Amino acid sequence: MSKATDNVLSIRNLSIDYATQEGSLKALRNVDLDIPKGQIVGVVGESGCGKSTLISSIIQLMANNAKTTSGTVFFEGEDLLTMSPTKLKSLRGQRMSIVFQDPMSTLNPVLTIGKQMVDIQYRDKRSKSQKRQRSADMLAQVGIPDPASRLNQYPHEFSGGMQQRISIAMALQAQPALLIADEPTTALDATLEVQIIDMLKELQSSIGCSILFISHHLGVIAELCNQVVVMYAGEIVEQGPVSRVFKSPKHPYTQKLLECDPASIAKKTRNLPTIEGEIPNLSDLPAGCIFTSRCHKKTAQCEELKPKRHAVTQGATEKHFVTCHLESL
Amino acid sequence: MFIYLLKRVSLGLVIVVFAVTLLFCMIHLVPGDPARILLGPRATPEMIAHLSAQMGLDQPMAMQILKFFGNLLRGDLGMDVITNRPVAEIVFGQLPYTLWLIGSAIVGAMLIGIPLGCYSALHRNTWFDRFSGIISVACITAPAFVVALYSLLIFAVWLKWFPAVGAGEPGDFFDQISHLVLPAIAIGISWVGYLSRLVRASMLEVMGENHIRTARAYGLPENTVVYQYALKLAVLPTVTVIGVGMGFLLSAALFTEIVFSRPGIGKLIFDSITTRNYPVVMGSVLVSTIIFVISTAVSDLINAWLDPRIRNSL
Ligand SMILES: Nc1ncnc2c1ncn2[C@@H]1O[C@H](COP(=O)(O)OP(=O)(O)OP(=O)(O)O)[C@@H](O)[C@H]1O
Ligand SMILES: [Mg+2]
Repeated sequence: MSKATDNVLSIRNLSIDYATQEGSLKALRNVDLDIPKGQIVGVVGESGCGKSTLISSIIQLMANNAKTTSGTVFFEGEDLLTMSPTKLKSLRGQRMSIVFQDPMSTLNPVLTIGKQMVDIQYRDKRSKSQKRQRSADMLAQVGIPDPASRLNQYPHEFSGGMQQRISIAMALQAQPALLIADEPTTALDATLEVQIIDMLKELQSSIGCSILFISHHLGVIAELCNQVVVMYAGEIVEQGPVSRVFKSPKHPYTQKLLECDPASIAKKTRNLPTIEGEIPNLSDLPAGCIFTSRCHKKTAQCEELKPKRHAVTQGATEKHFVTCHLESL
Repeated sequence: MFIYLLKRVSLGLVIVVFAVTLLFCMIHLVPGDPARILLGPRATPEMIAHLSAQMGLDQPMAMQILKFFGNLLRGDLGMDVITNRPVAEIVFGQLPYTLWLIGSAIVGAMLIGIPLGCYSALHRNTWFDRFSGIISVACITAPAFVVALYSLLIFAVWLKWFPAVGAGEPGDFFDQISHLVLPAIAIGISWVGYLSRLVRASMLEVMGENHIRTARAYGLPENTVVYQYALKLAVLPTVTVIGVGMGFLLSAALFTEIVFSRPGIGKLIFDSITTRNYPVVMGSVLVSTIIFVISTAVSDLINAWLDPRIRNSL
């Protein structure tokens, strides 16, 4: 019991397939992930490694062709996968909220920002003008000038970066227990990115929420997050406290990502460094380790045997895990 | 906005000029001298020449067209050569019947077709969706004049539920309504099917868009998501289609008015063509064309009102 309540979110053995014409695409496989209360967990990984799929499962708004083939997703002690739709709906926008990837399409194009921000407060008993005031305050917080009159405008009257900040304002307005952010700073310039990161930190400490933060920007992860999860082709290959993982990465994939000097991460890597080779076909997976084809340290057993998850530091309070044969010795 | 109106009006003018010119050409291609046919077999050459001059048929076609538009600018549509009444008076006397007919047909089709399409989209692949799909396609494929003939036979002649011919007593509202039912159904029924398919398709598309996922991610009630967030976007294509569809509605009205012997623009066009009463043909076709031009402009304006992105680009 005590263990479950320490984590806002606790995912176990989660696997998700997409039905496609080439057969089932195994987008997520046996994912284990905990988000402790009040912590910020970052997720990194190349495009297509299943980050958005993971999120869609947490909010239970998955694509029509998606199927959860195994696992549990416990949120505040209850399994979201077996929860009633009514209960789920009561959590959304209250206990958890989300900033989606692709800011230009996340807002309704024919309704004003004000209507959309007021509508999501429909559970509150306050008057409409109070709700508008609150939305204007939120917009001011994310750095939208003249927020009160901006509420009457439509999404297309804002730039991509502004739309992204509006999405963030909406998510924060809910004051959730878990905030999920899918690459929330991609459309922002560096100064704004810093502002938003500071704001997220501030919010995190003032309302004590947990954040699941997805980014390609290793520097931002290092700056913002307590924990980091490294994903590769639908699997988690390494996870642990940011300080440990970034200082002494164990998985060859993480090592490649961090190959540049860790001290200069913050400046140099707005985008994930590219690694030669391609992600394996998720409809036709190799027998052994998923990373073998691109691994510079592979051995004979990597081709045949799936590696197991190992704790790198025995006994430490903050666990550092890696899924690699090299570490099992 | 001003530029939009200017564009719209000039486009409308081009369409009208084009339609009128085409009609002049067609009239001249139809075999037989209009004046001779009008006057009957016993007309003397002098009478024919006199009538030709009166109708302006003795002048070159370009001259006739120019004169037509010249008169039009003064609000003069010419004179009916048979009754000697102004064409404008005749056409505008008949126009309300057709407008009522088309209006009730399309409004009825919208009231049934749009909710049907919404419901089908939201209950996709249920038996209801499949059933309404079959019915809709059946409705679309039924031509107005066939529906008109059969509904006339079944509901007017056989069951005697509705009157068969005419538009009802002027001033008697209920009589007029009961005369309107069958013709309106004959025109509207294919639109029920068409609109329901169209709304279903666009609703499905909109419901799959990212912003709907956002609305859901905030737990908004399903009714808010569907009727406030999705429907507004889903009806945009429908509005356009109805605006352009005014042309089809007018031609469907023509057949239906003939079958039900209902007064109206369609019947007027038909009668005046058979009697070679060309000034009346010209006048009624002109008015129909203007109605079409106006309705496409109105549908654009409605879309602009619904969608701020269109509004800004006007
Ligand atoms: N609806 C779908 N149907 C079929 N395949 C899908 C679907 N959605 C995602 N996928 C596939 O699943 C895999 C994971 O996709 P996902 O969107 O989760 O990646 P991501 O890590 O979020 O990538 P990015 O960084 O580009 O956003 C990809 O191979 C993608 O092609
Ligand atoms: Mg993604």
